[in-house]
Amino acid sequence: MLSRIAESLYWLGRYTERAEATARILDVYSHALLEDRVGGEESACRRLVEAMGAADAAAAVEVDTNIEALVGFFVDDPRFPGSVVCSVHATWENARGAREAMSSEMWESINATHRTLDGNRGRSMYAQHGFLGWVRDRAAIVSGLADATMSHDDTWRFIVLGRSLERVDLTVRLLSTRLGEAWGSAGWVATLRCCAAYESYLRTYRRGVEGSKALEFLLLDRLFPRSVFHALVAAETVLIDLDPASDRNGAASEPRRVVGRACADLEFVRVAELERSLPEHLARLERAGTTAHDAIAKRFFNNAVAIRWSA
Amino acid sequence: MPRGRVNVDAVGDLLDAYEPIDAWDEMFDAHGDTRHDYRALYEHVQTLSKQDFDERCATRDRVFRDQGITFAHSGEERPFPLDLVPRVISASEWSMIEKGVSQRVRALERFLDDVYGPGEIMRARVIPRRLVVTSSHFHRAAVGGIAPPRGVRVHVAGIDLVRDGDGKICVLEDNIRIPSGISYVVENRRAMTHVFPELFAAHRVQPVSDYPSRLLQTLTAAAPRGVDDPRVVLLTPGVHNAAYFEHSFLARQMGIELVEGRDLVCRDNVVYMLTTGGEERVDVVYRRVDDEFLDPLHFLPTSMLGCAGIVNAARAGNVTIANFLGNGVADDKAVYPYVPAMIEFYLGERPILSNVETYMLEDDDVRGWALDRLDQLVWKPADGSGGKGIVIGPRAEPEALEAVRAAVEAEPRSWIAQVPVALSTAPTYVSTGMQPRHLDLRPFALNDGENVWVVPGGLTRVALNEGSLVVNSSQGGGSKDTWVLAPAGAEVEDGITDDADRGCEPLARQPFDSAPDASEQAAQQQ
Repeated sequence: MLSRIAESLYWLGRYTERAEATARILDVYSHALLEDRVGGEESACRRLVEAMGAADAAAAVEVDTNIEALVGFFVDDPRFPGSVVCSVHATWENARGAREAMSSEMWESINATHRTLDGNRGRSMYAQHGFLGWVRDRAAIVSGLADATMSHDDTWRFIVLGRSLERVDLTVRLLSTRLGEAWGSAGWVATLRCCAAYESYLRTYRRGVEGSKALEFLLLDRLFPRSVFHALVAAETVLIDLDPASDRNGAASEPRRVVGRACADLEFVRVAELERSLPEHLARLERAGTTAHDAIAKRFFNNAVAIRWSA
Repeated sequence: MPRGRVNVDAVGDLLDAYEPIDAWDEMFDAHGDTRHDYRALYEHVQTLSKQDFDERCATRDRVFRDQGITFAHSGEERPFPLDLVPRVISASEWSMIEKGVSQRVRALERFLDDVYGPGEIMRARVIPRRLVVTSSHFHRAAVGGIAPPRGVRVHVAGIDLVRDGDGKICVLEDNIRIPSGISYVVENRRAMTHVFPELFAAHRVQPVSDYPSRLLQTLTAAAPRGVDDPRVVLLTPGVHNAAYFEHSFLARQMGIELVEGRDLVCRDNVVYMLTTGGEERVDVVYRRVDDEFLDPLHFLPTSMLGCAGIVNAARAGNVTIANFLGNGVADDKAVYPYVPAMIEFYLGERPILSNVETYMLEDDDVRGWALDRLDQLVWKPADGSGGKGIVIGPRAEPEALEAVRAAVEAEPRSWIAQVPVALSTAPTYVSTGMQPRHLDLRPFALNDGENVWVVPGGLTRVALNEGSLVVNSSQGGGSKDTWVLAPAGAEVEDGITDDADRGCEPLARQPFDSAPDASEQAAQQQ
């Protein structure tokens, strides 16, 4: 398939996931504050800024003490490139250029989302909640249609690749915000909820939230789709299918090598060791995400280089 | 109708026409002034128009219907009726209620332990033995001699409180069998934060959302001795039960299995659940099935809702039943008048919460006196729950009163008579606007054997029909979100403070990476 199309689909996967996850994080933190104002608005704002990984952006616009203003900023401020509205818009931009590659049901869903975006927005907290729920629903529909109405060929694989790497990035970032914090449970409940993992966690461990168990769940769980390990395996699987060259020694494909290595790192690490050197592990995973992205761009999206490699 | 209320820049006038009736009003005092703890709420409500309010009501109904938060009423599933004006309780009043509820639960625990054991309170003639042994919920044969783990029989309690005409909080009844309603406490709060987020901005409300994890801790703590990682399940009668939503809510929030009687089997005094992986041992059963249906070997042989043999398994110490069996003897309405005496007898303390004045009808003189005042008293079946069979004298038809007279004379032990309490009122949004409606309060308490924890607030039930005093949801009652305000100046721990047993260095994080700049290409393509 065309590199240009592949790249659009990859970004479509990433932005759909980003829109959904960002909407969820905003909802979790703003409602955690409403349900428990006793903790104070300022600290809730600080935690939200951390979870969004946007300390610099938020500091630049001085909205970090009013949760309503802060949520508004993350939803649609043009100065914030990771905003929900930007992500929805970027999904559509990428889909538009690759319209013929995806099923028409999927394109219609993305286009309808983009078209009705403004009509679903509002400024108050009350309206924001409705909007964020709507964004999550729409993103879930788009992902669902990709899985259910497209052949699971290379076209689909690039969407999944983007989605999976975005998940790795996001979960690692959320875990990074827990560094330096206590292992107490309140913050971990919010982190689990941000990954839509709270109920699955409870069912899995059948006990209250403990920091080390939550960490284990979000990093290593084999079955939960937003765990770092699960997302890495999903990425590795599609990378193998995308580049099926049989290798006698090691992996010739750089993206696969990077992702596979991060995967193996997590699969065979001892939990105790992971806890001991968590900052290094998270930093390494973060680097793996960036490196994998660069390698994918080089291998699949940049025609000139790719041709030289396969020649 | 302007009165001496707080002056605000109001666009709405929802509360202007509010006319308190002859009862204690939660929001306004006798002069029509807004009570201190309601001022911020009053000011905010006054900024809303009827149209705003109707819009929020529509959102609330949609949220509840989407989530399937419903209550079966006469065979019909309705969204649980939540009134959007919250009920506010000050920190100091709550502190008194909390202590009072906790005290009551501790006394009831001691009472149960006593009547199924040595019976000292009866020997001391504080409560007549006859009254205890004639209770239809006294299950000596099944329960006697079983020592539940950590001595806990009342893991979960719901104590119904009302405020009388003088503003005093009294206990109307105790529910220590299988009290329900906590899911609505948690979901009401969640719905309110979605529907009325701005109301929360001016208040510091104590959170209720950790109830499920507290309940799980309580149940885990109650596991049979020697079980480290107990398997806890919630036993429901099934999807047709009125409280099924609550059962599934709690099971999901605790991450435990929701089982029906047919999912359980008991062999050699051990309870198992049937799973795809074979039989799995069960250690704690949080059952929401009545005593009578729990074990066909001991109670109703025709019951299909229970698990045959579970009582013997509990006796053998292999499974914990929560709440324990036979608790009904302590929340029997004929035992209720003796609870203040129990508190003094067992705890040596003065009761913090008082009872509503109640008459026992077995004494001929009392019965004669009470029956002479048939139309002035409230008549309640002693073993009833859910508001069934209650006859409110001043409001009842003559035929209904005569039926009560006949029933009381036939079976005096089965009835009690109480002085009517003019339940307090609060502004409630109904089709004709803001109207005073009567309400009560059911705080929920958890007992893990060491501490009794009371969830801040509880379920405020409100009688939606004009003038009605019956708040049960099975009889046209609704509810209000109940806000316990945080004590002034209190900084409650937010869970991520410095009590770390270990922390790590934070790590620098790059901002979002972004897609290649597409605008240039777009410009070229045009």
